[in-house]
Amino acid sequence: MTDVVVVGAGVVGAACAYYAARAGLSVTVLDRGPVAAGTTGAGEGNILVSDKEPGPELELALLSARLWRELAGLGGFEYEAKGGLVVAETSEVLGSLADLAVAQAGAGVEHVPVAAGELPGYEPDLTPDLAGGVYYPQDSQVQPMLAAARLLSGAPGAVLRTGVEVTGLLRDGDRVTGVRTNEGDIPAGAVVNAAGTWSGEVAALAGLDLPILPRRGFILVTEPLGGRLGPPLIRHKVYTAAYVTDVASDSEGLETSAVIEGTPSGTVLIGASRERVGFDRTTSIPVLEALARQAVALFPGLAARRVIRAYCGFRPYCPDHLPVIGADPRAPGLYHACGHEGAGIGLAPATGHLVAGLLAGAAPTLDLSPFRPERFAA
Amino acid sequence: MPGSGHEGPGTRDLAIVGAGPAGMAAAVAASRAGLDVVLVDAQARLGGQYFRHAPPGLRAGHPGTPQRGFGRFTRLAEALTGVDVRLGHRVWAVEKAVEKNAERNTAGNAGKAAGNDPGNEADQNPGKDAAAGFIVHCLAGTRDERRVTLRARRLLIATGAHDRPLPFPGWDLPGVLTAGGAQALLKGDLVPAGRTVVVAGTGPFLLPVAAGLAEAGARVAGVFEANGGAGLAPALAVRPGKLAEGAGYLWRLARRRVPYAVRHAVVEAHGGDRLTHVTVARLGRDWTPGARRTIACDALAVGYGFVPQIELATQLGCATEAGGDGEQVVVVDAGMRTSVPGVYAAGEPTGVGGADLAEAEGWIAGRAVAADLGRPVRPAPALSRRRDRLAAFGRAMQDAYPVRDGWKGWLRGDTLVCRCEEVPYARVREALALGATDARSVKLLARPGMGWCQGRVCGYAVARLAGETSPPPRRPVAHPVRLGDLAGLPDRADETQGTANDPAGEEAR
Ligand SMILES: Cc1cc2nc3c(=O)[nH]c(=O)nc-3n(C[C@H](O)[C@H](O)[C@H](O)COP(=O)(O)OP(=O)(O)OC[C@H]3O[C@@H](n4cnc5c(N)ncnc54)[C@H](O)[C@@H]3O)c2cc1C
Ligand SMILES: Cc1cc2nc3c(=O)[nH]c(=O)nc-3n(C[C@H](O)[C@H](O)[C@H](O)COP(=O)(O)OP(=O)(O)OC[C@H]3O[C@@H](n4cnc5c(N)ncnc54)[C@H](O)[C@@H]3O)c2cc1C
Repeated sequence: MTDVVVVGAGVVGAACAYYAARAGLSVTVLDRGPVAAGTTGAGEGNILVSDKEPGPELELALLSARLWRELAGLGGFEYEAKGGLVVAETSEVLGSLADLAVAQAGAGVEHVPVAAGELPGYEPDLTPDLAGGVYYPQDSQVQPMLAAARLLSGAPGAVLRTGVEVTGLLRDGDRVTGVRTNEGDIPAGAVVNAAGTWSGEVAALAGLDLPILPRRGFILVTEPLGGRLGPPLIRHKVYTAAYVTDVASDSEGLETSAVIEGTPSGTVLIGASRERVGFDRTTSIPVLEALARQAVALFPGLAARRVIRAYCGFRPYCPDHLPVIGADPRAPGLYHACGHEGAGIGLAPATGHLVAGLLAGAAPTLDLSPFRPERFAA
Repeated sequence: MPGSGHEGPGTRDLAIVGAGPAGMAAAVAASRAGLDVVLVDAQARLGGQYFRHAPPGLRAGHPGTPQRGFGRFTRLAEALTGVDVRLGHRVWAVEKAVEKNAERNTAGNAGKAAGNDPGNEADQNPGKDAAAGFIVHCLAGTRDERRVTLRARRLLIATGAHDRPLPFPGWDLPGVLTAGGAQALLKGDLVPAGRTVVVAGTGPFLLPVAAGLAEAGARVAGVFEANGGAGLAPALAVRPGKLAEGAGYLWRLARRRVPYAVRHAVVEAHGGDRLTHVTVARLGRDWTPGARRTIACDALAVGYGFVPQIELATQLGCATEAGGDGEQVVVVDAGMRTSVPGVYAAGEPTGVGGADLAEAEGWIAGRAVAADLGRPVRPAPALSRRRDRLAAFGRAMQDAYPVRDGWKGWLRGDTLVCRCEEVPYARVREALALGATDARSVKLLARPGMGWCQGRVCGYAVARLAGETSPPPRRPVAHPVRLGDLAGLPDRADETQGTANDPAGEEAR
């Protein structure tokens, strides 16, 4: 019998598997699809501390940023400690951005205020019409699909089984004792629900309510500009302060705020829209147009560059915008690691690290109560 | 939308994307029935791939050059008076316009409408409505590229197909081109691809390519058909006349002493900075290469079939299925209606079958749109029968010229699979070892298909290497578009909608 079954081979499941295997547990990872082909394959790979207000998510993000730096040593995936530059259009916005940075500093976030005149030193092609910004050196970037795959291949003894769908949970009274799949039953000491946007469905297999819903996002990708051919047009990840308010927003409707960054292959990624439209994949031209407008407003030079593709994904979000991490007291043996919304790539290592700690019986290094699975019960 | 600057005139009855045989025939049929039609094509000239003709000035100097189908083309082109023809317009996206009186429709009835009644392509179900029509987003012009937005009540997708190459060592050398590319060069510019040309691949298309090259003065050093042609009987039973056509090509090749061999393939191309020779191997039943020899040449035209170009259909959510050659095709009923109300497809997007089939489907589609919009259209059972017969022939030809797995044995670790992103076969294998199990996950881990052509060239090979048939294309942006152009519109988020057939979409906006 395997000690742990992880449901989901996205970046979060991969991190859980990696740290559990490192803790000496035998691990089997199941995914109904291929590796990293869920939301992990539709994201951007930002590892951000800058966009989080002081609180439990920021604690998680700081731990995660540190762990990603370590994991980069595994090799085989791109990791760039490039830093993030948050810019403000007006002096009011700059004021609240500066306040946020000071509050974050109390939690351990490093930052450098950047006056309008210093912005070109960071990003020469940025529009001159800005009031200023804040530079966050701890922000970084990872290629999430390869990172997930490498975490899995680097997890000692872990077995990855693709094309295996979990269709039920094995129970012994309330206890979860394994999973039922299209390829037979797999008994396990513990089951980790890392099924991303579909985690609510896995929880429902145990008769539990876990309110995880999709929040759609589109990304534009340009033709390569520079990269192997020369220095990138965009050096850091750059976004407007409006992004911070969008992330925390409860609005159903469309919100866009450009997050722009170059990648080692030379393309520029332009994210990210947020809207609640269920699992609708239909391209929304108005969303693509809004992203393009915001990108060009920040970097006028991008106007002449071509978008060669666009893609969308579905962030797994909870009503309170916090992830679900920990043992489920309603079903002993079942652990959740899901609901990371637009930050699951950044938060994956900390999540995996904490879940593995619980599985191995160690005391958590961080207060997990804000993330407890039963917090939504009416 | 006043003031936005790139709107065409008001809403037309029908917009047709693609002015090949299918699109031209549909435009003629629909405009004859009284519809207001706009016909859009990326090319500078009408005609698509089959009706590709050199401009008259060029032609004058080459009296003997092949201009097959020129009479048919001219008749269709002349009948386009009254159609708004927009050449040099690249369609990068199509979307549904918003319904004014939110009377949402569920899809799914299109397949039933006239499916069992091939004699009548008119709509049996007038209640099936097409939302508030469609928006066709184009880019026009080359140097001074600009956005043009067209609106129409109905949309016909007649976008043809593109070549389907297979990778092999050296296929990225200058001098190696696709069979279709060689044909286009010859027909459109009257230029043979090289002085000494080898033609290789599979399928009936190799023959006209080789014959055309030989007759235009190239030395064709060999035609290598990877299949044996053994499965041809069912196809010829449907269209015996095609036997004569095939024999005619073979005779034209023989007359010019062009060597023709079945069960052979070019498995490697050689040369420093351009092609100098190729390695040809005899193939086993599953295409495992056997005895080899080399042939000197300065051009290689190679093609393993065609891929229907259906991304505009999948942008709108039209249902697709795997066709006989494994490629995704748009599902249509007997009136060429797709699963999305108001959207039609004709020609290669519904299955590769050649110009005659494409044209027949175009006639049917144009008439069906007219009938669905309430114009009197007399049933044309003979047309439908012709379409069915030609489609059956097309499918039988695909069955006779499959691609066997042995081609994977031609690859070496350093053979580029994706040329845009320079992804060698070794990286594809590594992605498979890491847990990729389909084309999309190989792309996510190793990047094939992420580049400029968006997997049009390597998509088939990558899918086969991952052990699947090609998935439906996901290309929300069908042609590269400048960010400035994309940004150009005033905000109009309230005027468009998501899919009508996804209930989840109704939460939005
Ligand atoms: C446009 C966009 C941009 C984003 N940008 C960023 C960013 O810059 N930084 C960041 O940190 N985050 C970003 N995110 C969010 C991030 O992508 C997600 O939070 C993260 O990928 C979630 O990972 P996961 O492993 O939980 O889920 P997934 O990657 O979705 O993995 C879940 C897996 O579970 C499998 N599964 C589901 N049900 C079953 C079952 N019953 N049986 C077996 N397997 C099952 C699925 O097949 C899937 O592979 C972005 C998201 C989007 C959409
Ligand atoms: C390169 C090539 C050469 C070929 N040569 C021959 C030949 O010589 N003889 C032969 O019998 N068959 C040939 N074929 C096969 C050919 O596809 C069919 O015989 C026939 O032309 C199909 O007709 P159609 O109307 O379906 O498509 P096509 O004739 O291919 O016409 C489709 C048209 O749609 C346009 N289009 C596609 N996408 C867009 C877009 N997004 N925006 C605007 N316009 C768009 C294209 O520019 C094209 O003009 C060739 C195929 C290819 C790919």
